[in-house]
Amino acid sequence: MLEIKNLHVSVGGKEILKGVNLTMKSGEVHAIMGPNGAGKSTLSYAICGKDGYEITEGTVTYNGKDLLDMEPDQRAGEGLFLGFQYPVEIPGVSNMNFLRSALNSQRRYRGGKDMPAVEFLKLVRAKAKELDMDAEMLKRPVNVGFSGGEKKRNEMVQMAVLNPSLAVLDETDSGLDIDALKVVSDGINRLRSPENSILMITHYQRLLDYVVPDFVHIMADGKIVRTGDKTLAIDLEEKGYVGLGITENAA
Amino acid sequence: MVATKEAQQTVEEVSGEYKYGFVTEIETEKAPKGLNEDVIRFISAKKKEPEWLLAWRLKAYAKWLTMEEPTWAMVDYPKIDFQDIYYYAAPKSAEDGPKSLEDVDPELLRTYEKLGISLKEQEVLSGVAVDIVFDSVSVATTFRKKLKEAGIIFCSISEAAHDYPEMMKKYLGSVVPVADNYYSALNSAVFTDGTFVYIPKGVRCPMELSTYFRINEANTGQFERTIIIADEGSYVSYLEGCTAPQRDENQLHAAVVELVTHDDAEIKYSTVQNWYPGDKDGKGGIYNFVTKRGACRGKNSKISWTQVETGSAITWKYPSCLLIGDNSVGEFYSVAITNNYQQADTGTKMIHIGKNTSSTIISKGISAGKSQATYRGLVKVLPGAENARNFTQCDSLLIGDLCGAHTVPYIEIKNPTAQVEHEATTSKISDEQLFYCLQRGLEVEDAVALIVNGFCKDVMQNLPMEFAVEAQKLLGISLEGSVG
Ligand SMILES: Nc1ncnc2c1ncn2[C@@H]1O[C@H](COP(=O)(O)OP(=O)(O)OP(=O)(O)O)[C@@H](O)[C@H]1O
Ligand SMILES: [Mg+2]
Repeated sequence: MLEIKNLHVSVGGKEILKGVNLTMKSGEVHAIMGPNGAGKSTLSYAICGKDGYEITEGTVTYNGKDLLDMEPDQRAGEGLFLGFQYPVEIPGVSNMNFLRSALNSQRRYRGGKDMPAVEFLKLVRAKAKELDMDAEMLKRPVNVGFSGGEKKRNEMVQMAVLNPSLAVLDETDSGLDIDALKVVSDGINRLRSPENSILMITHYQRLLDYVVPDFVHIMADGKIVRTGDKTLAIDLEEKGYVGLGITENAA
Repeated sequence: MVATKEAQQTVEEVSGEYKYGFVTEIETEKAPKGLNEDVIRFISAKKKEPEWLLAWRLKAYAKWLTMEEPTWAMVDYPKIDFQDIYYYAAPKSAEDGPKSLEDVDPELLRTYEKLGISLKEQEVLSGVAVDIVFDSVSVATTFRKKLKEAGIIFCSISEAAHDYPEMMKKYLGSVVPVADNYYSALNSAVFTDGTFVYIPKGVRCPMELSTYFRINEANTGQFERTIIIADEGSYVSYLEGCTAPQRDENQLHAAVVELVTHDDAEIKYSTVQNWYPGDKDGKGGIYNFVTKRGACRGKNSKISWTQVETGSAITWKYPSCLLIGDNSVGEFYSVAITNNYQQADTGTKMIHIGKNTSSTIISKGISAGKSQATYRGLVKVLPGAENARNFTQCDSLLIGDLCGAHTVPYIEIKNPTAQVEHEATTSKISDEQLFYCLQRGLEVEDAVALIVNGFCKDVMQNLPMEFAVEAQKLLGISLEGSVG
C-alpha cells in the first residue's frame, strides 16, 4: 500500500506540490489527470526520489516503509517503477545489457541471485514479443534514435521484465498510435493483479477505456482537487477543466 | 672537440677501474642510487650483455645528458631527481613480499575481488610467494613449446640480446631512435626488462601473446623495452599489462615499445594500464612516460594500438604509426580515465608516408574528480602520400565540475589529395541519465560504470574478448566515488 500524506515538494526553491494526499491499496489502479504544469510529473519524481526534488513537508510510505529515507535504487528494489514521460537515451549501452543489469541489481537487493543468462534471454524476448517490439531493438542502445512511440513501448518492455509491484506511468500513452495504444494497454493490464498497484498519469480519457481505473484524481496547482471513479474522466473529456470549475488557481 | 674526447677517455679509464671496484657489488642486488656510466656498466654486466649493447647504452646515456626534460605536455608534477632513483634492482626475493593475503592491503584485495580474480592470482599479483609460480612456469613452458613449433620467438629482451644478436642489432632503436625524446634516451641507456617477439613469414600466431605468461621472470620493469617484428604476411595480437593493480614501488616508468610490420603483416597491440594513480589527495602514484611507435614498413601492412589507461598519477603517452608501405593502415583506439588528481596527456601520431595509407583515431577521455585529461594528436601527410585518409574522433566525458578535458589536434597536410576528418565532442553524465539508471534499480557506481562503458564502446570492442570483460569492470572501479 502506498500512502502519501500532506506532501510538499520544492524544485529550485519554488514550491510545486502543495500538500498532496493519496492512498493506493494493493491491486488498485489510479489515474491522475490535470492541466499542464499541475505537478503530476513532479509527484512521480518525488515518489521515486529524484535529486533536486526537495521534500519540505509530509510523508510517503510504501508497505509501511518510509520511502523518503531511501535512495532511488533502493525504492526500485522495493518494487517501484517509473515509466518516464521522456525516456532517457544511454548511448553505447544495449537495451538488453541495461535491463539485465537492472534486473539483477534488484534481485540482489531482495537477497536473491542473478538470473542465469539463458533464462534472462528467454524472458526478455517473450516480453518484447508480447509488446510487439522487434527483437532487434533489444540490441540497440537504450532509447537512442528511437521514435517517441518506440521509447514509450520500450518503457513497457522494461516494466514487464522488472515486474514491479507499484508502477507509476507518466503519460505512457502520449505519442502512441492507435494500435500501439492497444498493445501498451494490454501490457499494463497484464501487470494488473491483486498484489500490484498502478498509478497512471494521463491527459486522455482514451487510455482509461482500455485500462479501467478504480479511481480518477484531478490535480491542479500542486494539489489533488477532485477524486472520483472513471466517470470523472468522462466528465472531464466532455467539459474540460474550466467546465468542471478547475482553473490554474483552483486551490 | 679534442678536449671532450680526452675527457671522455679519462672518464672511460676511470670508470674502467671503477668497474673492478664493482665486482663485489655485482653480487649484491642493487646498483647504487643515481645514474652514471658505472651504473650502466653494472646493469649490462648483470645482464651478461654483449659488448655492442653496452656501447649502445653508453652512447644513449651520453646523448641523454645533452637533452632536456620536455615541458610541453599539459601535466604538472614536481621535478624528478634522476640521481635519486635506483636504476637496477634484482627481482624481489620471496621474503620481501607479504607472507599471505592477510598481510595485503584490504583495499587492494577488494579491488581484486571486484575484478573476479582468483585467490591464487591475487597472491601472485600482490607479491605473495606461492606455488602458483610453478603453475605459471608450466603454463608458460607449454605455451612456449607451441610457439616454438610455429617458429615464433617470444622471449625476454635480455635473452634476445644473447640468442638473436643479429635481429636485435637490426631492430633495436630502429623505430624509436635513441634520441627521439628525453625518456627514450633514458630508457635506451638503462632498460632492464621487456619482451622480444618475432613472427616468421606467413605465420599467424596461434594465441594472444601476453607478458602474463612470463610473470615468473618478469617483475614489471621500470624501464621496459619491447620489440615486436611481424615478418611478411604474419599476424600477432599482443596484450600488455594487467587489469589488476600490481604491487610496484617504482615511481618513474619510462618504457619504449617498437613495432615493425613487413609486407601484408599485422600487429594488434592492446594495453590495459592500471598502475597506482596516487591517493584521493593526489599523493604518490606512478609517473608513466612511454614512447610507443610502430612502423608499417611493408605494403598492405597494419598496426593497431588499443589502450585502456586508468592508472598512474601522470601519463605521457602517444602510441604512433609510421605508415611507410603503400596501402598500410594505422589505428589508435584509446580510453583514458582520470580521477581525483590524475593527469593524462595522451594521444597518437599518424605519419602518412606511403601511397593510399589510411589511419583511424578514436579517443575517449573520461575525467572525474579534480583530474585533467588531454588528447594530443598529430596527423601528418607527407608530399609522397597520395590519397591518404584519416578519420579522427575525440570524445570527452566529464563527471563533476572540477575536472578538465582538452583536445589538441595538430594536422599537417603536404599532399592535396589527402582526406582528413576530425570530429570532437564533450559531454557530461547527465542527472537525467543517472536517475534513469537508479530508478531501474542500479546502484550509483554501477550506473556510472554502465554509462561510461557505453561511452567507450567503440574502443572496448577492439580489445580481445577476455581482456574486454575485465577492462569493463576496471572502468567502473576507477571511477568509484566520483559521483554522489
Ligand atoms: N527545475 C525546475 N525549476 C523550476 N520550476 C520547475 C522545475 N521543474 C518543474 N518546474 C515547474 O513545476 C511545475 C510542475 O511541473 P510538472 O512537470 O510536474 O507538471 P506536469 O503536471 O507533469 O505537466 P505536464 O502535463 O505538462 O507534463 C511546472 O510549472 C514546471 O515549470
Ligand atoms: Mg508531466
